[in-house]
Amino acid sequence: MNNEVVKQNNPDPAAGLPSEELIVNMGPQHPSTHGVLYLELRLNGEIVVDCRPHIGYLHRSCEKIAENRTYIQFIPFTDRLDYLASMNNNLGYVLAVEKLLNLQVNDRVSYVRTIIAELNRIASHLVSLGTFAQDLGAYATPMFYCFRDRETIIQLFDELCGGRLTFNYMRIGGVQSELPPHADKYIKDFIKYERKKLKEYNELLTYNAIFLARTKKIGILKPEVAINYSVTGPNLRASGVKWDIRKDEPYMLYNRFKFDVPVGKQGDSWDRFKVKLDEIGESLKIVEQAIGGLPPGNAVAKINKVFKAPPSETYLRTENPRGELGFYLVSDGGLKPYRNKIRSPSFCNLAVLPELIHGLNVSDAVCVLGSIDIVMGEIDR
Amino acid sequence: MELSQVVQTIREKFPEAITEERPAAIVIKKEALLAVAQFLKSGELAFDNLHCVTGVDWKDKMEVVYHLYSFKNRFMLTLKVFLSLEDLSVESLCGLWKSANWLERETYDFFGIKFLNHPDPRRILNPDEWTDWPLRKNFDRPDFVRLPQSEGLKGGG
Amino acid sequence: MAIEQQKTPAGEKYMQKFPGGEIIITKSEELLKWAKGSSIWPMTFGLSCCAIEMMATGASKFDIDRIGSGVFRASPRQCDVMIVAGTICVKMGECMKKLYAQMPEPKYVIAMGNCAIGGGIFYHDTYSVVAGTERLGIPVDVHVVGCPPRPEGLINGILKLKEKIESKETYTHPPLAPSDHAKGGGLLPKAPAPKGGVEPKSGTQPGSPNNP
Repeated sequence: MNNEVVKQNNPDPAAGLPSEELIVNMGPQHPSTHGVLYLELRLNGEIVVDCRPHIGYLHRSCEKIAENRTYIQFIPFTDRLDYLASMNNNLGYVLAVEKLLNLQVNDRVSYVRTIIAELNRIASHLVSLGTFAQDLGAYATPMFYCFRDRETIIQLFDELCGGRLTFNYMRIGGVQSELPPHADKYIKDFIKYERKKLKEYNELLTYNAIFLARTKKIGILKPEVAINYSVTGPNLRASGVKWDIRKDEPYMLYNRFKFDVPVGKQGDSWDRFKVKLDEIGESLKIVEQAIGGLPPGNAVAKINKVFKAPPSETYLRTENPRGELGFYLVSDGGLKPYRNKIRSPSFCNLAVLPELIHGLNVSDAVCVLGSIDIVMGEIDR
Repeated sequence: MELSQVVQTIREKFPEAITEERPAAIVIKKEALLAVAQFLKSGELAFDNLHCVTGVDWKDKMEVVYHLYSFKNRFMLTLKVFLSLEDLSVESLCGLWKSANWLERETYDFFGIKFLNHPDPRRILNPDEWTDWPLRKNFDRPDFVRLPQSEGLKGGG
Repeated sequence: MAIEQQKTPAGEKYMQKFPGGEIIITKSEELLKWAKGSSIWPMTFGLSCCAIEMMATGASKFDIDRIGSGVFRASPRQCDVMIVAGTICVKMGECMKKLYAQMPEPKYVIAMGNCAIGGGIFYHDTYSVVAGTERLGIPVDVHVVGCPPRPEGLINGILKLKEKIESKETYTHPPLAPSDHAKGGGLLPKAPAPKGGVEPKSGTQPGSPNNP
């Protein structure tokens, strides 16, 4: 029996009845909002008519704090912005200060920073993939797999600088400490191990029929809309725009490494998931090349604890796992910055959410929010 | 692409708009902002991405800084507009770039700069009922605990 | 009949065990306390960075499911302990008080991380961070120190809470004073009394006309 015959024989009893719209608070405390995000949803039955995000529930006034801390004292605060990718935040800030001071670093420092930043990118993508699958209903298995792999990376970071989540590792002019002696073998073993596990993720999730049904054609983001909203990172690449600062405007020594930039076709949630999964593979390639060609020398930073930056300003952006993190530093010649603005990727990525979930079910709204992959620490700063 | 090329192109179309050329930025008049922004977006310069909007409090005047990026020409332009303390308002760029929506709300929340014709002019990060502008240099409150100035520095703050 | 007295560090439990071992006689309070202490269900209240360490504690390497706390409930009506993991900001403080009030008795609070204990690194120069859970009037049972604390630290905290539950006769908190529910102000530390001995009005909101 086809659908038309079924509809004729069973007319909708609610047709023609007036109905009201319901306002539902997907409140600050919610298992699927990835932090303290308050979404005010206007629903017509199960369909989202309008969505208003309210943020600021984690506003820790980092920019005001920055005006009363020296440049070195602010580095631990950058850890807490996007707390899943602390090394990348540290790196972005340190590079901005080095541009302000016009400071050059040797090659070994750049190689060590690249290895650590790419490992943290892999760890961050693993968390976002695991929690995305958890939101869709695959309750614990993908999350446990992803956290298991993440623990191997975190163990290396623990031996390196003592922290598991917030590191304070990158310093102005270098890094805090050298890689431990067994790091070479450990990282090479990890690369082999992770390549096998990527195949496992593809079997478990990517081409799974239920996963495809839940994520294909959900939350399509067109490339012109993405560029207008200043969406960056894997979300932009999933919409078909092949743009990665590491390739197109390379900073540090990224132009020495060969890697691809994975791009999606349609811009739906499945594309955003696949782009992140492929980026893990590309990051493994970069780490392999960097650890294979590590130049000799000293990577530990040696700089005065107390220094004054010349009165000028700078804006530097780096490629974080979630997009482009920008630091705008204004110095008036003193020990502390006059203004330190943090342009966080998730802030601009979240602004596009109301457009994407218009007309979808509530469960699809959760899927889109999980695929955009936000971290409230950097939205609210 | 160089900054001088951009300056020349803007000067040809709007001879009066640019008041100052700095090594890394262009300062333009507040009244000319919307027209220049429209020209920058739709002309050959193709600045299709508004990357960042922020404010700086210079105690006797306020500054609004816009960072525009062009994917085609791979160039990042910094535009500055100075506002006097008596008239802290400037045109909103929400009609051109949708990313300006939240970024301008944040600048309003921190500094109190009004963006005219903004579709949603309310605070974003601080509670709605506050009347303070936290990131201004003269912000103070009895319960605002400051870090002691000389802590952690040899040689004084 | 051999009677074995079992004494544990958490308190003295008297259990009589008959030879053959099929029947155990104990006091019903001891049984209830053992049951409560072994199944402390936390609420998903991860605010910021410490939430990730809480998730890692729940994941496979550290696994708090083996001590009974692996069941994270989203609804406050179904959980026993609120693990405050992360920085408490002014906007969130109101929601936190409501959530704490919605939890049924007996309820406990673990303050995880430096920010939840006393504001952490965000104590100075901030206008929007509440300096610790206790400033909101919420009594805390266990403080777990660290920034963020290691998962082993959180497990240690939950085990200490289990010891506390099993050792005291009845363990519950005084309810929040009604005045704290009614007025919304006073989240940030109170302003120091101005000279002249006049107390500032309690309940002033930051940024209100009373508080320039």
